[in-house]
Amino acid sequence: MSYVPHTEHERRDMLAAIGVDRMEDLFADVPAQFRFPELKLPAGLAEPDLLRELHAQAARNFPVDPARSFLGAGVYHHFRPATVDYVLSRGEFYTSYTQYQPEVSQGMLQALFEYQSMICRLTGMEVSSASHYNGATAMAEAVLLALNAASGKRSKVVISPAVHPAYREVLKTYLRGMPAAVVAGDEDGTADATRLKSLIDRDTAALVIQNPNFFGQWEPAAELAEAIHRAGGLFIVVADPISLGLFRPPGAYGADVVAAEGQSLGIPPSFGGPHLGIFATRMAHVRRLSGHLVGETVDADGRRGYVLTLATREQHIRRAKATSNICTNSALCALGAAAYLATMGTRGLRQVAELCYQKSHYAAAEIGRLKGFAINPQAPARPFFKEFVVRLPAPVAAINAHLREQHGIIGGYDLGGEYPHLKDHMLIAVTELNTRTGIDQLVTALRKAAT
Amino acid sequence: MRDEIATVYELSVPGRAGIDLPASDVPATDLPADDVRADCGLPELSQLDVVRHYLALSQRNFGVDSGFYPLGSCTMKFNPKVSEAIASIPGFSATHPLQPAETVQGNLALMFELQQWLAEIGGFAGVSLQPCAGAHGEFAGLLMMRAYHRERGDFKRTRVLIPDSAHGTNPASTTMAGFTAVEVPSNGRGNIDLEAVRAACNDTLAGIMMTNPNTLGLFEERIGEVVELVRDCGGLVYGDGANMNAVVGVVRPGDLGFDVMHFNLHKTFATPHGGGGPGSGPVGVSARLKDFLPGPVVEMAHDSHGPRYRLAMPAKSIGRVSPFLGNFGMFVRAYAYIRQHGAAGLRANSEHAVLNANYLRVRLHDTFTVPFERVNMHEFVCRGAIEGTEVRALDVSKRLLDYGFHPPTNYFPLIVPEALMIEPTETETKPTLDAFVEAMKAIAKEAHTDPALVRAAPYRTPVRRLDEVKAARELVLSDRTKIAAD
Repeated sequence: MSYVPHTEHERRDMLAAIGVDRMEDLFADVPAQFRFPELKLPAGLAEPDLLRELHAQAARNFPVDPARSFLGAGVYHHFRPATVDYVLSRGEFYTSYTQYQPEVSQGMLQALFEYQSMICRLTGMEVSSASHYNGATAMAEAVLLALNAASGKRSKVVISPAVHPAYREVLKTYLRGMPAAVVAGDEDGTADATRLKSLIDRDTAALVIQNPNFFGQWEPAAELAEAIHRAGGLFIVVADPISLGLFRPPGAYGADVVAAEGQSLGIPPSFGGPHLGIFATRMAHVRRLSGHLVGETVDADGRRGYVLTLATREQHIRRAKATSNICTNSALCALGAAAYLATMGTRGLRQVAELCYQKSHYAAAEIGRLKGFAINPQAPARPFFKEFVVRLPAPVAAINAHLREQHGIIGGYDLGGEYPHLKDHMLIAVTELNTRTGIDQLVTALRKAAT
Repeated sequence: MRDEIATVYELSVPGRAGIDLPASDVPATDLPADDVRADCGLPELSQLDVVRHYLALSQRNFGVDSGFYPLGSCTMKFNPKVSEAIASIPGFSATHPLQPAETVQGNLALMFELQQWLAEIGGFAGVSLQPCAGAHGEFAGLLMMRAYHRERGDFKRTRVLIPDSAHGTNPASTTMAGFTAVEVPSNGRGNIDLEAVRAACNDTLAGIMMTNPNTLGLFEERIGEVVELVRDCGGLVYGDGANMNAVVGVVRPGDLGFDVMHFNLHKTFATPHGGGGPGSGPVGVSARLKDFLPGPVVEMAHDSHGPRYRLAMPAKSIGRVSPFLGNFGMFVRAYAYIRQHGAAGLRANSEHAVLNANYLRVRLHDTFTVPFERVNMHEFVCRGAIEGTEVRALDVSKRLLDYGFHPPTNYFPLIVPEALMIEPTETETKPTLDAFVEAMKAIAKEAHTDPALVRAAPYRTPVRRLDEVKAARELVLSDRTKIAAD
C-alpha cells in the first residue's frame, strides 16, 4: 500500500518507542465490544483500476456539450480560461489550510485580498468577504446580517418570489433557529414590485430581490431600494456577476448587501458544487459580516503583508456569540474566480456579458417566431440579460426528452414545479459558449418537438 | 522572494488584455443604454502577467505538498493526485445539477454509494451529503435535533451541552440553531466531567455535542455513560466528526449511541483543504432522525434495466442547506479515496495516524509537557511555553517556520494554557517525524541560549511577524490603487 509510507521495520521501531507490542494496543480506550467492526465496503483498488472504474462511472452520465446546453437557473456553462486551472492546480494553494499562520500564507492571503478588491469594484460595494459556500448561503447570511443590524427590533424579511426558489428554501432552513423571523412576499409566485412594496413596514429588516431575477429579467430596483430604505430596512440584492461586467452594479442603485453565486467566474458546474458565495456590503456593516476577511498590514520590517482580520467576529474567538459559525468556506473557488477576473479584465468580462446578451436575444427572437411559442409571456416588456421564459405548446418534460433523445440538446429548466402559473413554461439560458449553430439547432428541434 | 509582490491593480495597464473571445456570430440587439456601466473596474493584465503573478503568490504559500503540516484537528494529510484527476473528468465536472435524473445516473449512483459507505463507516441509518463544511453539518444536525423534539411536542428542550474543549464552531452553530450552549468542564484525565453532565441532565436538555476523540486527542473513556445519561433524560447525542480520522474502521460512532454526526470529507477522506475550503460536511443519523435529514438525498429503486437512482426529500426534512446537491466535486474525491483503500486500507490509515501521533508524543514529552498524558489517538496536546524563559507557544510556532515546518495548532483547546495541538497524520514518514522532533528540541534549546532569537522569529519566511492590531484598526480591506475606471 502506498498511502501509508511506513516500512515494517519503522513500524516496529515506533511501536517499541511508544512501549506497546501491537497496533491494536493503541486502542485500549475504545469499548471492546465495538472495537474493529467489519466494515462492509468493496475491497480496495489499485490506482489504474480506480481510474478505469471512475471513468466508466462518469461515462454513465449523458455527455454535456456546452454549445448545445440551455440549462441555467443559477448554474451556467461559461468559458474557463486555461489560466484558472493552472492557478488552481498549484499544490501550495490547494493543499493549504485557512491562513492562521500568515507568514507562510502570504500567497493565498494576497490572492484573497485581490479577490475582495475585484468583487468590491464589480458590485459597487465597499467590503467583500473572502468567500461563502455558495450564492444561496451567502444570501441567507445577508438576511441574518440584516436581522442582526436591526438588533432584534425587526423580524420580517420581504423576499421576491422571483428570487431563485432553492435560495429561498435555504433561507427558510437557516431561519428555523429563529422562530421570531417571518418571511413574506413569496407565498404567491406572481407577486410584483407593487405587492412587495405593500408588504414593507417598520418591522421589515430587509427586502431581498434577485437582479436580473430568476427569470432573467431586470427588476425596478431603484424604486424598491427607495421603499425599503424609507422603512429603515436593508436592501439585499442577489446578482449575476457576469452581468456586472456590462450593467450597473447593485451598489449604484442602493444595495446594502450583494449576495451572488460566483460559479460563473471560472468554476465548473460540477453537478452543483463546490461553488462560490460572493458576499459584499458597506463598511457600516463590516463588524456584522460573516466569514473570513483579509486585511492589509505591515510586518516587523515594515513590508506590506496581509492577515485575516476582525477575527473577533468569528467562531474560534467568539464561540456562542460569533456572527456566524463559518470556518472552512470556499477559498479555493475565490482564488479561481480571482484568476478568472484578472485574466478576463474589464474588457474581457464586458465581452462575455455582451455575448450572453446578444446570443440570448437572438435565441429568444428565433424561438418567438415559432408557432405556439411565446417569449416572456409573464412580463413581455421587461428587458432581460441571458435567460428568458418560453411558453411551450406541450409539457416541458416531453419537449426536453425530445430535444435530448433526437437532437442531443439539453433543454431548459421546467418552471411549472416551482411556479404553478408557469406550467408548460421553460427557462432557457444562453451564454457565450452557445454557438449560433447550436442555437439554430435548438430552434429547429423545438419546432419539431412541438409538432 | 522577500520583495513585496505588486497587486493585480498595481500591475494593471489600460488597454492590456489577457484573453481573446470570439466576435458575436448573431445579429446585434441594442443594449438598454441607461443600464450599461462605463467600466466594471477590473485590472487589465496580459496572460503572462497573470501566470507569473499567481506563480509568485503560490511560492509564498505553504501546503501539505510543501512540507510537514501537523495542524491539530485539521488532518492535513496527503491529498491523492489521482482524486484530483478523477474530479476533473468532464463527465463529472460539466454536469449540471438540474439535469433530469436519467441523464446523470453516474453521478447519482456515486452519491448513493457514498451515502451508503459513510453510513457503514459511521454506523448510521442514513446520510445526507448536503452540507458544505463541518460547521454547516453541525448546523444541519442541530436543526434536526430541534425538529425531532418539536415534532414530539417537546418545546422545553433549549439547552445543548458542549465540553469546554470543543471547537468554536460547536457553540456558534448551537446559537444559530436557536439553542443555548451550556459549557461542561473536563476532568483531570482529559475526559468530559461525568458528574457535570449528570447535573445538567433534565427535561430542558436538547442534547450534547461530543468530539470523540476529543480535542486533546483522547478517546473519551466513559463515552458509554455520557451517551446513556443524555439519552435517558430524553436528549440526543451529536458527534463532531472532525477527529474521525483516528477511528475509521476502529469504532463506529453510531454503535456508541451517537444520533447524528458530521463527517469532514476534507479531513478524514483526504479531499484538499483548498486554503480554507471548499470542504464538505455530510451528516449521518440514527434511525430516529433519518426522516429529518436535509435533502434532497439519493434513493435507489430497481426497474427492468437494473438499479435506477433519483433524488428525494426525506419525509420530515429540515429542508435544503445547499441550493443543489452539496459539494459534489468533493464527493467524487472522497468516493475515490474510499474506493481506493477499502475497509482494510481505511483501518490501516487510522491506525497509522494514531501510531504517528503517539510516536511524536513519546519523543517530545520530555521537552514539552503533555498535561493529560495517556495513549492518545491521532493527535495530542502539549504545553508550548518553555519553562524558565519568556518563550511562549506562539514563539515556538513561529520559529518552526524557520525550520521549514508548519506549526501545530496553537492556543487550542482553551483548557490547556499555551497549547500546541499536534496531528501528524498517517501519510508522514518516520524520518519526517524525527526531523520535526529535532527541530522542536533545537528550539527548546534556543529558548534558553538565545530567547530573543526565538521571540522575534520567523526570519526565513516571505514576511516576518505581521502587525495584526494595525490591520484590525485601519481596516484596509481592498486595493485602493487608482485604475482607468476611477
